[in-house]
Amino acid sequence: MGLDIRTPIGLMFSIFGALLVGYGLLTRGSEIYARSGGTNINLDWGFVLLVFGGVMLWLGRKGGKKG
Amino acid sequence: MHAGIQLGGIDYVILVVYFLFVLGIGFALKRYTKTSEDFFLSGRSIPAWIAGLAFLSANLGAQEMIGMAASGAKYGIATAHFYWVGAIPAMVFVGIFMMPFYYGSKARSVPEYLKLRFDEKTRGFNAISFATMTVFSSGISMYALAKLLELLLGWDFNFSLWASAIIVFGYIYLGGLTSAIYNEVLQFFLIVLGFAPLVYLGLRDVGGWAGLTAKLNTVASANGYAEGTWSQSWRHMSSPAANPMGVEWFGMVMGLGFVLSFGYWCTDFLVVQRAMAANSMSAARRTPLIAAVPKMLFPFLIIVPGMIAIGLTYANADFTLPKMADGTWDYTMVIPNMLAHYFPPGVLGLGLTALMASFMSGMAGNVTAFNTVWTYDIYQSYIKKDATDAHLLWVGRMTTVFGILASVGTAYLATQFNNIMDFLQLVFAFVNAPLFATFLLGMFWKRATGHGAFFGLLSGTLAAAAHHGTTIPAGGVGWIKGAWLTQWLGMAPQHTYPSEMAQNFWTAIWAWTVCFVATIVISHLTKRTKTDEDLKGLVYSLTPRPKEEHLPWWKTPEGFGVVVLVLAVVLNVLFW
Repeated sequence: MGLDIRTPIGLMFSIFGALLVGYGLLTRGSEIYARSGGTNINLDWGFVLLVFGGVMLWLGRKGGKKG
Repeated sequence: MHAGIQLGGIDYVILVVYFLFVLGIGFALKRYTKTSEDFFLSGRSIPAWIAGLAFLSANLGAQEMIGMAASGAKYGIATAHFYWVGAIPAMVFVGIFMMPFYYGSKARSVPEYLKLRFDEKTRGFNAISFATMTVFSSGISMYALAKLLELLLGWDFNFSLWASAIIVFGYIYLGGLTSAIYNEVLQFFLIVLGFAPLVYLGLRDVGGWAGLTAKLNTVASANGYAEGTWSQSWRHMSSPAANPMGVEWFGMVMGLGFVLSFGYWCTDFLVVQRAMAANSMSAARRTPLIAAVPKMLFPFLIIVPGMIAIGLTYANADFTLPKMADGTWDYTMVIPNMLAHYFPPGVLGLGLTALMASFMSGMAGNVTAFNTVWTYDIYQSYIKKDATDAHLLWVGRMTTVFGILASVGTAYLATQFNNIMDFLQLVFAFVNAPLFATFLLGMFWKRATGHGAFFGLLSGTLAAAAHHGTTIPAGGVGWIKGAWLTQWLGMAPQHTYPSEMAQNFWTAIWAWTVCFVATIVISHLTKRTKTDEDLKGLVYSLTPRPKEEHLPWWKTPEGFGVVVLVLAVVLNVLFW
């Protein structure tokens, strides 16, 4: 098969996570968060995506080494 | 003129990153796609968990996402029957009992299995109806996507249509089925991670499950139903009048849970193809079982937003569903409106990307299934029997061009004649409803003959048409809703169902029963053309059981299947 799908998944969600965290930091206290009930959902969820992306990248690397 | 989501720069960046990854995966896979088996069956090399998630995602197209959220608003948690009754048992059945024959027979498609088990005409009937159906489904997906983007973001319909067509074409042309499967896995995680914050923010806003239940009680009372009708799945199923679906438990369990669900999950090549691409028999058998685990949790991701939307609408909160021209709620706008209501720029891009991903992979799933059936079951069987493998690979790629263009054509057709689409979907429902009877008898009764299968299938399809033509749902207007046959004969409809859903379920029950009985009767009247030796690997009683020793019981497909079923029962009891 050649390509371990976990690597692109991990990469994509890491990028999404970084984008959301960055954007969340820039927009701290902004009125756009009235929609999400005052939570800076970009910052919080960005961290979740970063963790998920990181785990996928790590699994992809581990799988790649084994194969 | 559009109904107003303003995307920020960050949202466009997320969307573009996603499309780059989608196409990038296609390019990365191109050099591994050398033979027709690579292109059509991923070289039978996909690990179980990937095949499993793709099995689930291939079904998670536009109709599913938009439709199930809409039903969540319209019917409440009872919509989960489409998952806990209408999917899980069939998924366990196909994994444990049917996959040994699909995978073990080395058939390259579901129609090809019918050819091996029965005869050419049964295969031809299934191949042609399936190929046509996939092109139309893919076209409807494209149409829905372009229409939604026009309404929501003000994007040009033609632009959205052609852009999505070109992207899907690009990655399938390059990497074939593997590309489609990989993108389905990507889409699975996008849906989960894109919608989870929506459910979290929504539930927090309405005061958790308790707050939601209280709001839904208002909805139920306002519509003249008992409190709890929207938040309890089984308690209001004793009679069709007690719930907004207009269905009682028997029609639900037999029509949806047995005929329609098994007909779809066990025989539809769109999903079965994902399992056939698995890298071993045990991976193929585990594919639908792995898919079943997230499948039974999806109601919380897709149906709950619909329930929150209707709860808020009745609570006079700052959210209401839009109305259609005739004054009824436009339930199809649940997901887009909820995204716009709760998501600020940033996660909004993520949520919209997830939604678009589901539309596109719905398209891609249909196109890859179409490619395989067209190339193996129609081209290689009827047009060029001695084609070389390189030639077939070339035909597959060209078929992608043709399949996508045909889908685009269908999408334009849908803009012109909405009735034609409804009519075609109806016809396909007639063809599909009896199909599971044919497979059940084919796999578990060696005496079933080719003539029996073909004419049984035909009788079942006619029975479905006849049932639809003589009955009508309450308030149904126009021949497309039913009773066209009785009207033509100048009679009154033979039966009026409380709802369209009830009529659909009973049409399926009739079609299945007629096909089942007719296949048995005709098989007894006709000679067997296949010997026991021919049917080895195709029929249960003539096939050695797959042995999976050395494994603890919970790692075998059977053990895994039992665990999945127990979990489904627990969910049904929790939300009884």
